[in-house]
Amino acid sequence: MKADYLLLVLGMGIVTYLPRWVPLILLSRRQLPEWLKQWLDFVPVAVLSALILPAVVTTGDSRHLDVFQPALLVSIPVFIFAWKTRSLAGTVIVGMALFWIAGKFFH
Amino acid sequence: MSVSHNLRTVLKDGITAAWPICLGYAPIGLAFGVLAQKTGLSPGEIGLMSLLVFAGSAQFIAVSMLSGGAAAIPIILTTFTVNLRHLLMSSSLAVHLQRLNAGWLSLYAYGITDESFALNIARFREETWDWRRALVLNHTANLAWIASTVIGGYGGQFIPAGAFGIDYALPAMFICLLVLQIRGGLYVVVAVIAGFLAVVFSLLFPGNAYIVAATVAAATIGVFMRNWKKEVGENGGAS
Repeated sequence: MKADYLLLVLGMGIVTYLPRWVPLILLSRRQLPEWLKQWLDFVPVAVLSALILPAVVTTGDSRHLDVFQPALLVSIPVFIFAWKTRSLAGTVIVGMALFWIAGKFFH
Repeated sequence: MSVSHNLRTVLKDGITAAWPICLGYAPIGLAFGVLAQKTGLSPGEIGLMSLLVFAGSAQFIAVSMLSGGAAAIPIILTTFTVNLRHLLMSSSLAVHLQRLNAGWLSLYAYGITDESFALNIARFREETWDWRRALVLNHTANLAWIASTVIGGYGGQFIPAGAFGIDYALPAMFICLLVLQIRGGLYVVVAVIAGFLAVVFSLLFPGNAYIVAATVAAATIGVFMRNWKKEVGENGGAS
């Protein structure tokens, strides 16, 4: 293994680890103000939505809007299924099955 | 806490809860390994990157930059910006990891990914979940990631592209976990704002800063709306 490569992945590791580590150390052992608690309470729902939606309505290396893709078509029934059942296992299995079937029609 | 601390129970709970992540990591890890191998990395080098970095999208970007002949510093800076979103996830997890010592927190921090964050943050609301199980889940996902990328590095694309809809395992998991996070009308509003802003920002700007920008904006709007609602309620507004 080349030393260059070792330095590269070490550097990548450090800059990835720091944002994962600093807030945990800073915030986990002190009393947080009410506004910050409220704010952090909204982070999961916001970040999940921000991860999912662009992934299913945009495509391409230079992203553009594309709503006619199997990922979006499948996501609608999958969302309804998750809403009704609140089952993680069921949602993953139904989602995979629907996506597999949808893939057959999108060639 | 009334949760069992029995080591075998903790291991079993953490490992079994991680299955959607392992399923989802398999095709992505294999694809990454195959790509990295094509750019000249050995399985050992691939495994080392997965061990030290443990971040899917950043690793894909790094390998494509490597094959384009980029130097180390731009690759490291790009990795940093791509993974800045973990600041938000780590902050949000801190609420559930009170009174843990610095050693455990440092180990926990290593395992924070989009996937482990989403699963654990949903689970922490359950009585039966604790940081030990979360830690086991993190490291199960970590092992699945390292193993699948190394196997891919041996040139093994064992799972044919698109088989069994396996590429949709992680999106489906995220959708269900989003649904589980919705605990009232305000959460729906925040989710809609975050999703809308993320799409708009992702179309306007390259890279993935849109995740952080949309999340910060939507969560901030959420706090203002919650307090505004409270004020209206206190001043004798309609019920």
